[in-house]
Formats: sequence, structure tokens, C-alpha cells
Amino acid sequence: MKNTALTQKHISLGAKMVPFAGFNMPVQYSGIVEEHLTVRNGVGVFDVSHMGEFILKGDKALDLIQKVTSNDASVLVDGKVQYSCLPNDKGGIVDDLLVYRIDAQTYMLVVNASNIEKDWNWISQHNTFGVDMKDISERTSLLAIQGPKAAQALQSLTDMDLASMQYYTFKKGKFAGVDNVLVSATGYTGAGGFEIYFDNEHAEKIWDAIFNAGKEFDIKPIGLGARDTLRLEMGFCLYGNDIDDTTSPIEAGLGWITKFTKKFINSEALLEQKNNGVSRKLVGFEMIERGIPRHGYEIKDAVGNTIGVVTSGTQSPSLNKAIGMGYVKTEFSKPDSEIFIQIRDKSIKAKVVKIPFIKK
Amino acid sequence: MNIPDNLKYTKDHEWIRIEGDIATVGITDFAQKELGDIVYVDINTLGETIEKEAVFGTVEAVKTVSDLFMPLTGEVIEVNSKLESAPDLVNTDPYGEGWMVKVKVADPASANTLLSAEDYKKVIGL
Repeated sequence: MKNTALTQKHISLGAKMVPFAGFNMPVQYSGIVEEHLTVRNGVGVFDVSHMGEFILKGDKALDLIQKVTSNDASVLVDGKVQYSCLPNDKGGIVDDLLVYRIDAQTYMLVVNASNIEKDWNWISQHNTFGVDMKDISERTSLLAIQGPKAAQALQSLTDMDLASMQYYTFKKGKFAGVDNVLVSATGYTGAGGFEIYFDNEHAEKIWDAIFNAGKEFDIKPIGLGARDTLRLEMGFCLYGNDIDDTTSPIEAGLGWITKFTKKFINSEALLEQKNNGVSRKLVGFEMIERGIPRHGYEIKDAVGNTIGVVTSGTQSPSLNKAIGMGYVKTEFSKPDSEIFIQIRDKSIKAKVVKIPFIKK
Repeated sequence: MNIPDNLKYTKDHEWIRIEGDIATVGITDFAQKELGDIVYVDINTLGETIEKEAVFGTVEAVKTVSDLFMPLTGEVIEVNSKLESAPDLVNTDPYGEGWMVKVKVADPASANTLLSAEDYKKVIGL
């Protein structure tokens, strides 16, 4: 099992550690609910150094990205980030990812830890453009500082004006005395904040500086448990749960990052899905009767026919009710549709709702 | 970790307090810590007689769900109704207000098959 540069730090802070995507990662420190609310209302720090980073460099870097990703990366300018996915050639998704335009010849792709090797092989296989590819995952640390107080908590560490940074933009500069830190106004919590990328050797120094600077804002370390509940309240897909090699971006509600302004892998089949409709859709739902949905539970109609499957579920710490996402037959995908979640030996009533579950 | 000496235990992390032929059952401090924030205790076996080691309910934490196993064969005669609105009592007071069921034990002598505090500590590596 791999460690991040901060594994010892997490252990010394009393984190409960679990194996995740081949890494020894903190799942919680004080407790998922408390950590979740810290991020929603204040500021918290996640070590997400297990994520993968690839640098693509060359005159044809954009051409390669346009071929393998579903979103239109030609709209990016220097300092802009884009959410996208890598469609496979069978109607599914290889991975979801972020695309950073560093300059016209240089891009960074940020991918899920569990898919680093798969993504690398997939993109390499389609690199008929002679683009120079580098996997910098092993030497790169990534911290997500998330929450409404994130900009205030970090501002004393850098001259870059954090509060003025637009969502999905980034800058490179000096941060906590370290040069060349990439500060990105992104995150997967819906709480606002930043993700910062830097070389492993600076990890302890930057971690400590963040906690010193954030002390007066009650900054806290946050585990992967709360990361999951935070993203789920926003209806954000988690690869391996809500999307995978067999789910199409159109079914998953990722039409907004699937742009037919260009050709990409499997774009013709996906365009056909978009035009002709799909037979199942990923929806959000909340429980009406008591029970907590979990990945893999069956979804039924009122007379007991199976109409789908739960992909994510939890008790929402912000809303204090049970919520979930899952694929259902399209005729059950409209908001307020009555569905039933099979929880052990009972069918428990739920209804389809619009995502995000949390309204700003 | 609090593992009171005056209780009995199972390897499935239930604790048992026996008074005559009535057993009060809950989950241990170790179990509640492992589960994390408990959000729902689902027990609908009131009035049923359940065999030893069969499932009498489930406990849902934010991240995970776990079955509850009957420590001794008997009839569930009471379910802790406070847990309906305050399931977190299992986290904050696992041996007190966080108790789960009371059971009329079929054979009180079978209690000697349960683990002592000392034995249970070995199970959880203390």
C-alpha cells in the first residue's frame, strides 16, 4: 500500500486510516458529521495526494485532449480549468477528470487515484500526435482547502489575491514560502475553496503553515468520509460508484460536459444517445420513509418491479435526511416520481428530486 | 476504550447485562467507534423470538451499515424508543442510554457461553 507525503501526519493526528485506491488514507479524524459541517460552514483541509496528475506538452497537446475528452477544451485559456470525462469506445466512461491549461502547449490532467494506470494507458494509446506525456502523480502532493472561510484562512500565506479568483481558475506562485505552488479555485465539495498542488518535499511545511494560518478560523483536517458526503449532497458523481466503464455520460447527466462541437472518442454514438434519448438516467432521490440507501441496493416501482439500482447513498449531515443517487428507467426520472428502495427485506418509499440536494 | 468489567460480550461486539432472565443488549464502545456517527437504529423484531447469533436489527452509520446479532436465544420484549429520534446516543453513551433491546432469555444458564470483559478485550486486541 502506498503512502502520501502526509500519512504520518494523519496518523499522529489520530485519523482512522483505511486503504483507498491502493493508498493508506485518512477516512475520518473527529467524526464524519462534524468534519462535514466544518467544511460546509467554516474551512477544512483534505489530503488528496492520491489523485493522479499528468502533464501533456507539445504543439498537438490540445488535439490529443480534444480526442480523448468529452468537453470542449478549445475554449480554455491560460489559467482556466475544465471538468471533463474520458469516454471509452463502448459507451462508458474511462474516468472523469480536470483539464488545466497552463499555456497553449502545456496542459495538466488530474485523474482519480484508482484509475491512474488505466487512464495513462488509454491516453497513451490514443496519442498519435507525438505529445510528450509525463506522469507526475508520485511526486505531487495535493491539498483541498474547502469551505466558505478558505480564502480568508489562506490569504496570509500568499500574495496571490485568493478572494478574487473565479471558480475554475488557477494561478501559480509563492505559497507559504514555497515557489511554484499551483493554486486552483476548484474542489468537489460545493463549499468553495482551493486545491493546491506542489512537490512532495514541501508537504509538511505547507500543511503546518496552513494550520497555523487557519487557526483563528478553526481550520480542521477532514477525511475521505466527509468528502464523500459533501460531494453527494451536491449530486457530484464519484467514479466507481455513480459512473464507470459501463455508464454513458448522457445517462449520468454529464451532457453539460459532453460537447458535440468537436469529434472525440465515441462521440457519434453519444450524439445518437443525446438525440434519441436513453433508457435509464442517473437521478437524485430522497427517502420519504425511514431507511438509508446504499450503493448496490435495488430500486423498485410501486408494484415491486425492479427499475434501477442505487449508486450512492447516505444520511445527509446538512439536511439531516437520507439521500441517494441511482440509475432508474427514464420514465421514473422526473422529479417527484415515486420510487422504492429495497433495503434488506423491505421496500422503502423515496422520491426523485432535483440535484444538487443542497441549494445555495 | 471503555469495556466495563460487569458486562458480558460477544465476538460480534454486542454487550449484555443479565438480570434474572432479562438481558439488556447494546453495542460496545469499540463497535460505536468503528462505525462512526450512527444515524439510524433499525430494529423491527419486537415480540419475536430470535435464535442466538441471528440478526435482530441493523445499525446505520453515515458511511456504513452493520447487522446486530442476538447474543442469546430469546424474545425481544422491549426496544429502546429513544434511539428513534436520537440514534447518536449509541455513540455518546453505548452502555447506558444507547442500549438497544431487552430480551427474555430462553435459557439463562446459556449466559456462561458469553465472553467476559477480559476475553472481549483480547478479541479487539487490547
